[in-house]
Amino acid sequence: MTNQAYIYDAIRTPRSKGKKDGSLHEVKPIELGAGLLRELQQRHQLDTAYVDDVMLGCTQPVGDQGADVAKSIVQFAGWDESVAGVQMDRFCASGLEAVNSAAQNVMSGWNQLMVAGGIECMSRVPMGSAGGAFGGDPEYVMSQRFVAQGIGADMIATLEGWSREDVDAYALQSQHRASFARDSGYFDKSVVPVKDVNGLTILEKDNFIKPNTTMEGLAGLNASFEKLGAMGMDDMLLSKYPEVQSINHVHTPGNSSGIVDGASAVLIGSEQAGRDLGLTPRGRIVAGAVTSTEPSIMLIGPGPAAQKCLKIAGLKKSDIDLWEINEAFASVALRYMKDLNIDPEITNVNGGAIALGHPLGATGAILVSTMLDELERRGLKRAMLSLCVGGGMGISTIIERL
Amino acid sequence: MSVFNYDKDNNDIVTITMNMTGPVNAMNAEYNDAMRTTIERLEAEPALTGVIFASTKKTFFAGGDLNDLVQVEADQIEDFFKEGVETKNFLRRIEKLPAPVVAAINGAALGGGFEICLSCNYRIAWDSKAVIVGLPEVGLGLLPGAGGVVRLTNLLGLEKALPYLLEGKKIKAAKALSEGLINETVDTVDELVPRAKAWILAQKGDDTAALQPWDQKGFKVPGGNIKSPKVAQLASMAPQQLMQKTRGLLPAPERILETAVEAVTVDFDTALRIETRKFMSLVPSAVAKNMITAFFFQMGQVNGGASRPEGIERSEVTKVGVIGAGMMGQGIANVSAMAGIEVVLKDVSLEAAEKGKAYTAKLMDKAIQRGRADEAKKESVLNLIKATDQDTDLAGCDLIIEAVFEKMELKHQITRSTEGQLAEDGVWGSNTSTLPITQLAEASANPEKFIGIHFFSPVDKMPLVEIICGEKTSDETLAKAFDFVRQIRKTPIVVNDSLGFFTSRTFTSQLNEAAQMVAEGINPLRVDNLGKAIGMPVGPLTIYDEISMRLGMEIRETQISQGLISADDDLRPLATDLINTLVKEYNHGGRYHGDGGFYEYSDAGKIIWPKLHELYYKPELKVSDDDIKDRLLFSNVIESLKCLQEGVLRSVADGNIGSLLGIGAPTWTGGYLQFVNTYGLQRFIDRCDELAEKYGDRFKTPAIVAEKLEAGELFN
Repeated sequence: MTNQAYIYDAIRTPRSKGKKDGSLHEVKPIELGAGLLRELQQRHQLDTAYVDDVMLGCTQPVGDQGADVAKSIVQFAGWDESVAGVQMDRFCASGLEAVNSAAQNVMSGWNQLMVAGGIECMSRVPMGSAGGAFGGDPEYVMSQRFVAQGIGADMIATLEGWSREDVDAYALQSQHRASFARDSGYFDKSVVPVKDVNGLTILEKDNFIKPNTTMEGLAGLNASFEKLGAMGMDDMLLSKYPEVQSINHVHTPGNSSGIVDGASAVLIGSEQAGRDLGLTPRGRIVAGAVTSTEPSIMLIGPGPAAQKCLKIAGLKKSDIDLWEINEAFASVALRYMKDLNIDPEITNVNGGAIALGHPLGATGAILVSTMLDELERRGLKRAMLSLCVGGGMGISTIIERL
Repeated sequence: MSVFNYDKDNNDIVTITMNMTGPVNAMNAEYNDAMRTTIERLEAEPALTGVIFASTKKTFFAGGDLNDLVQVEADQIEDFFKEGVETKNFLRRIEKLPAPVVAAINGAALGGGFEICLSCNYRIAWDSKAVIVGLPEVGLGLLPGAGGVVRLTNLLGLEKALPYLLEGKKIKAAKALSEGLINETVDTVDELVPRAKAWILAQKGDDTAALQPWDQKGFKVPGGNIKSPKVAQLASMAPQQLMQKTRGLLPAPERILETAVEAVTVDFDTALRIETRKFMSLVPSAVAKNMITAFFFQMGQVNGGASRPEGIERSEVTKVGVIGAGMMGQGIANVSAMAGIEVVLKDVSLEAAEKGKAYTAKLMDKAIQRGRADEAKKESVLNLIKATDQDTDLAGCDLIIEAVFEKMELKHQITRSTEGQLAEDGVWGSNTSTLPITQLAEASANPEKFIGIHFFSPVDKMPLVEIICGEKTSDETLAKAFDFVRQIRKTPIVVNDSLGFFTSRTFTSQLNEAAQMVAEGINPLRVDNLGKAIGMPVGPLTIYDEISMRLGMEIRETQISQGLISADDDLRPLATDLINTLVKEYNHGGRYHGDGGFYEYSDAGKIIWPKLHELYYKPELKVSDDDIKDRLLFSNVIESLKCLQEGVLRSVADGNIGSLLGIGAPTWTGGYLQFVNTYGLQRFIDRCDELAEKYGDRFKTPAIVAEKLEAGELFN
């Protein structure tokens, strides 16, 4: 029998626009990450020497986020010098990958206490900064029929017959749910205000949400991927889908995930760790799974990943009380619900990345805090968290409230 | 004595004059020997002020020897690689000589020829029509493997180099100068070497003159390397744009793009090695063999007159008559006048004839707008065309081309009433695409002077003309028609009489196979899109809509009523039924011949006609993409093989070039017959058997394939 991986806490920073006029642009990645580690230490009077490793997802590990940013953050937070740190990259799944890996570490008995999370200051290290064959190497692009993810998102909507109104309506709901949740304090348990060197607050709550969003306003936005599509990406993807005449470009900044700065940290440990440190587990990691699907359309992995995760856990769909799918694009969430045939009323109950933003490497672990809080608030048991991932991958994790 | 003359003057300037055996200088074994000796001698020179590469031929240097290249098979690549590395290294050694090297470009320097120039420190060209430079390898399925990709990219920068590399653009000296491909031009060919010497002498004391830019300290590639955001963005979007054009069917431009990006990513010598490896991967590929065979060898044969009867003196048409000033007639008048031939354009009314002439005015206006002509040229071209409604104006024509409606009686009547206007020895041509020449010639008093001259639409753009010999057409008549087609700068293929000749017959087989598939219940969008996926310019259903199912149906009905074919004689009866239903019951005879066709058209674009789904679509029917693609392609290939077997095609080259230039055969195939050679004859037979089993006997391989296989031959 393996050990249990308990969730002792799950926190995150508020999320803010990932551009130079965003509230968090002035905060360095190591500072943003270190703030969360310090908070964990203070909340639990943690003997940091007990922590074995800190795993942080980050998709652009260059510049400010380069050189194993996780280790820099551990040191910068003032944690014990015995604590290791590793930066991980599985594209948008990086944060949840860190959670799953940390859980595996604990379950195997190799380690007793881990921090898993992620960091992405998109305002400082924009998407694409890290380069890579993925989109940058002509030979890879041509042989693999690589296109920008948004083209894939638009193709999903095209294949499913979802109109601009359909995806906009979904986006509107995300905004409404997220602003209601924030204003009702549903995020307060997890969100740690970002402070400056003097202890003055830089940002207290999520400020990317646009509560006044309307269908009319959404309808007025320009399609984001029409131009790229016309430059050859549409034809590239269409070559794999001969049953489709043309791609309907429905995604806009209004119904796609927001580009934001943010970080997350989840404290995962064994039962022994809890006893030794006097911590009470809030939940546990039941199972995790990754898989991969057709890479050019890229974004249809979450449904299959969730199915795989259920199988690993030995659970049924009806055993899941809340579903959380990262809203990379509206069509991704819609496709996930359709693939799994699940109820929209218990899916993304507090909105998602369309309203709150998607700090790529951090998002997966953010979902842990959001769902754990909500399971506790509702008195429910299990949640399934899923994200679509570059290259056609999908990732899922089932957590259980204790 | 070497074929590279080595001449050292008092100033220690060595002039290498290339004068290889044969009509041109080319990269082959002789070149390797001559160049090896020359470079060794240059490297050993105790005193060297400069080097000049010049040529005694009309061309400067012609490039790689394709006779050698096309023979290379995958299992010979290791040896070929070693040879290639040595040949390529000659050019690197030229660059590393301690003195400046100048190319004195007196004629075409294309491909390998221009690669030699690029390895020189300075390029001077004669400013003449005779001088064109460029790297056209991509058009033959290859990449410039002697440093051309790497050097041009380093010379011009990635963005500016790519069009020359990916499109194989060839340019004249003046343009090459302004674009930075060469350094200087001279007005007369005699000035080349003196000017080269003067330049060399002027560099005395400047050590960098002997160094290529990329060998100089602190060299930065123009426009930046891959670390520049602009270049990185280009590297990520260029593949998308390229694939949009090639649909992933042409490996050469892909390898070129990859190499060019490597050239701005790694150091110069490493990039050269990568270029060599990618070049080697293309040489034995089916696509390269197909393209070299068709576009180099067979195009040369066809244009060179391989299908023209021998021993007949070359003729020239001075006055051509065109009867019928419709779409085809006006186009024929246009291309004839553009070639400087006097044209009489005749229609039933002067108004109709003038309208036909106005078409040329319109084309000339467009050319003027684009800076390709001027008012004077327009006037001189228009002056050559006489619009008329009088037969007598046709008097004295060397050639009359009839381009009236496809009605046998009408054509017969015009032949009878008008052929008397021909000059003595004049020839009568019919631009029919559907009626047999032999039967059309029955109305003529001189059937031996009657021939089919089948143009393609739009005439001014389409490079092919299909010449059709009737039973009685004489060799003299054929030669005359052939010479006329060359005179108007088009490519003639020669075929024997058959219903639909070669091109129309082959072309329609794919369209009807597409209709057959729709009738079987396959999603029409898949059929259309997979047609594009094999490399057709547009999908078969789209084409059918454009050219009209109604016309197709009418032609077929006419042919049946005239006893040319039997109604039972139908390889694709489901297609025939579908077309009858669409045209007769729903008025869906095509985009311009009814209320739409397979598609429904509106200002918002086109969608598959919803009723079509209702009538035919069977979602439960599972047919793979590969089967759909092969059914489309093999329909054309099998029909072409039948044409060869039946003697409709007189040569393989005519079949390949005709299919490529006339009916949109995908470039990568090298034509519908060449396709079989590299696909493999046995494999082709096996695949045909599979398709026949699943979809009907029309996919059975024509016997000629098994015969060739038996004889150990290819379609050559």
